[in-house]
Amino acid sequence: MSSGKGGELIPSSSELDLDRPNIEDYLPSGSSIHEPVGKLRLCNLLDISPTLTEAAGAIVDDSFTRCFKSNPPEPWNWNVYLFPLWWCGVVIRYLILFPVRVIVLTVGWIIFLSCFIPVHLLLKGHDKLQKNMERALVELICSFFVASWTGVINYHGPRPSMRPKQVFVANHTSMIDFIILEQMSSFAVIMQKHPGWVGLLQSTILESVGCIWFNRSEAKDRETVTKKLREHSQGVDNNPLLIFPEGTCVNNQYSVMFKKGAFELGCTICPIAIKYNKIFVDAFWNSRKQSFTMHLLQLMTSWAVVCDVWYLEPQNLRPDETPIEFAERVRDIISVRAGLKKVPWDGYLKYSRPSSKHRERKQQSFAESVLRRLEEK
Amino acid sequence: MGNTSSMLTQYDIEEVQQHCNNAFSQQEIVSLYERFCQLDRNGGGFVSGEEFLSVPEFAVNPLSQRLLRMLDGLNFKEFVAFLSAFSPRATVQQKIEFIFKVYDSDGNGKVTFNDMLDVLHDLTGQFISEQQREQVLTKVLEEAGYNKESLLIMSDFVKILGSSGLKMEVEVPVD
Repeated sequence: MSSGKGGELIPSSSELDLDRPNIEDYLPSGSSIHEPVGKLRLCNLLDISPTLTEAAGAIVDDSFTRCFKSNPPEPWNWNVYLFPLWWCGVVIRYLILFPVRVIVLTVGWIIFLSCFIPVHLLLKGHDKLQKNMERALVELICSFFVASWTGVINYHGPRPSMRPKQVFVANHTSMIDFIILEQMSSFAVIMQKHPGWVGLLQSTILESVGCIWFNRSEAKDRETVTKKLREHSQGVDNNPLLIFPEGTCVNNQYSVMFKKGAFELGCTICPIAIKYNKIFVDAFWNSRKQSFTMHLLQLMTSWAVVCDVWYLEPQNLRPDETPIEFAERVRDIISVRAGLKKVPWDGYLKYSRPSSKHRERKQQSFAESVLRRLEEK
Repeated sequence: MGNTSSMLTQYDIEEVQQHCNNAFSQQEIVSLYERFCQLDRNGGGFVSGEEFLSVPEFAVNPLSQRLLRMLDGLNFKEFVAFLSAFSPRATVQQKIEFIFKVYDSDGNGKVTFNDMLDVLHDLTGQFISEQQREQVLTKVLEEAGYNKESLLIMSDFVKILGSSGLKMEVEVPVD
């Protein structure tokens, strides 16, 4: 789950470096420096136009920024007939629907807290009963949340069963992804630790369903988290793990590269595809532009949140596959189902620079071509 | 154009178009403006080096640092003028002028041996030794009739690059 204001430069952790598939396979146009033949002449050395063209192409449009662009809906209140209609819509949404939803949510919270707190404090000794009740209560409050945005969610596919050695992965658009999935069945999700009221919820209520925290800005954190993930997935009675391998919120039209952590745990991977219907509301949480509170308020003042959730066929690591190939294969399955375009970038490039390895590859290929052509007569 | 106004007037568009010698159509300028505002995240009216480097495709380009020196602090009008060399309507002369400017980092109208060596270094990194780079450059310079002390000017570049079928075009996406 993503949060935070971008812009902090973090030293690129090792995972951004060596084990990504070749980006050149995905980038448009030919290779950086075309492979000419013949003797090396001055014009070949001075002609930097291919490199410049690539740079200008990236300045004008690039596939990474496209992943995080939220498309504002076209305003349609531009004439005498439609304007009153739109205005009625605004009135209904803000003055009728919104207060009703706030009431629903408040009622939900009251019920939840008045059950959860006693259960949490009084049933300390009876672990299994406590766990089950807390799970049911968390599912309840998630249903209240979903009702508060008039969520219309179509679930397709068999409901996940609670088995050990099973990990669920899904594409990520907003923090509400978790709420939508949790409403149906209890998951233990791995999220970024947030500040503010969200953080408070994380450390109290979500602890009870076995959630795991990580801190994106700590480089060493990754190993601790991997260990925790492994332990959790082995446990029999734990909620199944839900992981968003993109590592950040993407705008539900593209998918960025999956991190391999989830795919190295030796568990069965159950892919889940989530697709929001943009006609009703754009559910993408652009964490650079909005705080989560504003995002929730935006959802609560829209007509509805309509989305499709597909539980897809569980996948296992094939004997001849590396975890990265496995991750790409699952990303393919999810992207096809949810109609997302795949992009070869790591989601964390939102917060840090790409490794110098990519540039070095281009430099190496040019250097080799120069030296080779020098030999020719 | 102002700093944070996100609306371009027809007058603004025409001004920009004139400034870039009609290299872009009005629709392309509107698209470029959207892109400029997208890149200029803090709304300062210009795109800083950091903001350009946040585009991974740009950051991995070997010439990104050189281009940043030319791009830093440009307002929208100058940004479009910078990109005009990449328009399909730009002449070969304009494209060669742009390449010349990339080489001529001190802007005095003359490209020295060291300037060319620097660009070659950017393009080849650590994969050719400094000594080899000098050797290669000296050799091709001499074969073309120059030497290590030659100072190349714009017309030299036209002579060298003019006949090699320069392809330097970028398409501005227009929705």
